[in-house]
Amino acid sequence: MSSTSDNTPVIRITPPGKWEVIDFQELKDYRDLFFFLVWRDIKVLYAQTIMGFAWAILNPLVQIIIFSIIFGKVAKLDTDGIPYLLFSTVAIIPWSYMSEAMSRSSQSLVSGQGMLGKVYFPRLIFPITPILAKLVDFSISLVLLLAVMLYYRIAPTWNLLLLPFLVVLMMSVPAGIGFWLSALSIRFRDVKFAMPFVIRMLIYSAPILYTASSIPDGYRFFYSLNPIVAVIEGYRACLLGTPIPWEFILPGTVVSALLLVSGAIYFRKLERVFVDVI
Amino acid sequence: MSNDTIAVNVEEVSKVYRLGVKEQSSEHMVQMLWGFVRSPLQNFRKYRALYTFDDIDLDGKEQSDDILWALRDISFKVNKGDVVGIIGGNGAGKSTLLKILSRITPPTRGNVSIHGRVSSLLEVGTGFHPELTGRENVFLNGTILGMRRKEVARKFDEIVAFSDVEKFLDTPVKRYSSGMRVRLAFAVAAHLEPEILIVDEVLAVGDAAFQQKCMNKMQDVGKEGRTVLFVSHNMPAVTSLCDRVVWLDHGRKVAEGPAQEIVGKYLLEGVETTAHRVWKDPSSAPGGEFARLCEVRVVSESGEIVGHCDIQEPIGLQMEYEVLKGGEVMLPHFRLRNDNGVLVFVTLDHDPEWYQRPRPAGRYVSTAWIPGNLLNEGPHFVECNLMTRHPDIPQFHLADVVSFAVTGSMAPGTARGDWPGRLKGIVSPALEWRTEFSEG
Ligand SMILES: Nc1ncnc2c1ncn2[C@@H]1O[C@H](COP(=O)(O)OP(=O)(O)OP(=O)(O)O)[C@@H](O)[C@H]1O
Ligand SMILES: [Mg+2]
Repeated sequence: MSSTSDNTPVIRITPPGKWEVIDFQELKDYRDLFFFLVWRDIKVLYAQTIMGFAWAILNPLVQIIIFSIIFGKVAKLDTDGIPYLLFSTVAIIPWSYMSEAMSRSSQSLVSGQGMLGKVYFPRLIFPITPILAKLVDFSISLVLLLAVMLYYRIAPTWNLLLLPFLVVLMMSVPAGIGFWLSALSIRFRDVKFAMPFVIRMLIYSAPILYTASSIPDGYRFFYSLNPIVAVIEGYRACLLGTPIPWEFILPGTVVSALLLVSGAIYFRKLERVFVDVI
Repeated sequence: MSNDTIAVNVEEVSKVYRLGVKEQSSEHMVQMLWGFVRSPLQNFRKYRALYTFDDIDLDGKEQSDDILWALRDISFKVNKGDVVGIIGGNGAGKSTLLKILSRITPPTRGNVSIHGRVSSLLEVGTGFHPELTGRENVFLNGTILGMRRKEVARKFDEIVAFSDVEKFLDTPVKRYSSGMRVRLAFAVAAHLEPEILIVDEVLAVGDAAFQQKCMNKMQDVGKEGRTVLFVSHNMPAVTSLCDRVVWLDHGRKVAEGPAQEIVGKYLLEGVETTAHRVWKDPSSAPGGEFARLCEVRVVSESGEIVGHCDIQEPIGLQMEYEVLKGGEVMLPHFRLRNDNGVLVFVTLDHDPEWYQRPRPAGRYVSTAWIPGNLLNEGPHFVECNLMTRHPDIPQFHLADVVSFAVTGSMAPGTARGDWPGRLKGIVSPALEWRTEFSEG
């Protein structure tokens, strides 16, 4: 009856079991925590290293050099006429982001279990944090990309307008997988052991080292269901000015959206029992 | 009770845990190999079973020994501004209850509603990262505990002053001593300003001076009119901080009520005797040729029968007896033992009115008054005796006939004063201290 009681928040705690939608308002209320957790991840990553953030460039650089020598010079893979170094740099930089974000996001609940059992905040913050934190590495490694593009004198085209969309797509793929796998990894620690293996497999599932045009026509559709394909081919077209491969981008976007939504729902369904199972 | 005054309402909350599902042992090689093949499927069922209880009948008579009721049908209400203690032995379910209230784990059944902004402190320093500096950790930990960034920034100087680690603010926390880490962490927690604060056993860490600081802070929080729920094994802390207490045992609520009373009962748990014994039937009453016992009571100053008293209050040991044959000198006396069975004292009736005077037949009530600030905290057991003099013939002699608990508090004027722990010793008198000082 009194007006003060109307604006005190009321929290109701009930047994689990219901399907719940994502509470965006709550996530927004916790934005400061988000900020600090992301910042902690970034800050801690290169703590007590000599090279610091230079590692964000060195890691992909070494990969690019190795791949360029093995697949470009020795195996001489066909790249639709693009220099192999350029071809692989454009793919490996988003790929490094996706693979790292994916494996960290999948492990986020297990590695954060100390906090999980001691304090409440929206559990989705756990898998989302690495998705955001890894963007810093990604941005730094763009310097490398820029250098390679300057070296080959690639001028930007209107395709560059696609970049913001591609960044969002690139984030949603590891996020969707991260939601699913982090929720599963609480019960099945197998996820941890399977992850490096899965990532090694995934690098061959997408046109990182070869061109998508080398896939036989009959398999194209199945191939396009892999959202990583859409991201990699999208980046190539966007940065190198080749024709935009809508036949990959559209199915990839749909699949990654499905992955993201279903992952979030599954996560929300199980999030309240995480602590009891961990 | 109107809804406006309730801060926390716990309704029939139960929490069921499933303990580790039993491993099956195999007797020979083939069975073992078959076990390996089947185990992924079994493991799947096993891990799913950890949080679903569809397959078992929780209310059925047959209770699987795999099931643990960490909490069972717990209900209570906490009013706004109350400081409520939760007590009970190890594994009673206290932490589980706090985890449910802080939304860390859901109840298996029942509902809770909480009116107001909650902060819970189940551990100090949650989320502290060893690689980050003190300053950075203050911000991180503050936001983890539910503060806004601005709020932490505003209180930052106060937090640092409270923690006493100014010099190390820009040093990574991994270079701190564990005491410094706890100080910094507690300083952050102490500056939370929620409407409802939930605290689990955090006072158990740190040295005595630090515990003292924590206690004072908790006291302040209570005085500011916030609602506090806190778990502690430190009974004096509970009685001096809390208005009300909920006592849990093996997941069930045993009792709930004013702090003094419930703590007193808790201390006397498992003790058969009570504060009052009556023998209605004279033929079975203890007694001899000359006198017979009717009642033994433990009474407060106002004459009420009580099972507990505050350490500062006097308490009376009272026996009511009938003298059957007049003309004898009688000597009623009590012995008091503590819970270790150590004799605290013997007290003889020296009432000048009856001293060495033969008593006529009739009913008598004799009371021995124990002053406040004498007995130590804890349960006490009374032995009640009466004998004739010249010759000395015992009339009745009953060990542990009644009992009561003395509850400590950190009030000034007690032996403890503001010292947080229980003082050792059989008695705990508040002595007068004087210190003389001369320069040089
Ligand atoms: N995750 C879990 N899985 C299974 N059993 C659990 C789990 N957490 C707690 N329990 C059990 O629940 C019971 C209550 O535990 P709880 O931690 O609430 O006790 P407590 O009253 O806090 O005890 P203490 O005074 O020792 O802190 C214990 O028997 C404990 O073994
Ligand atoms: Mg506990």
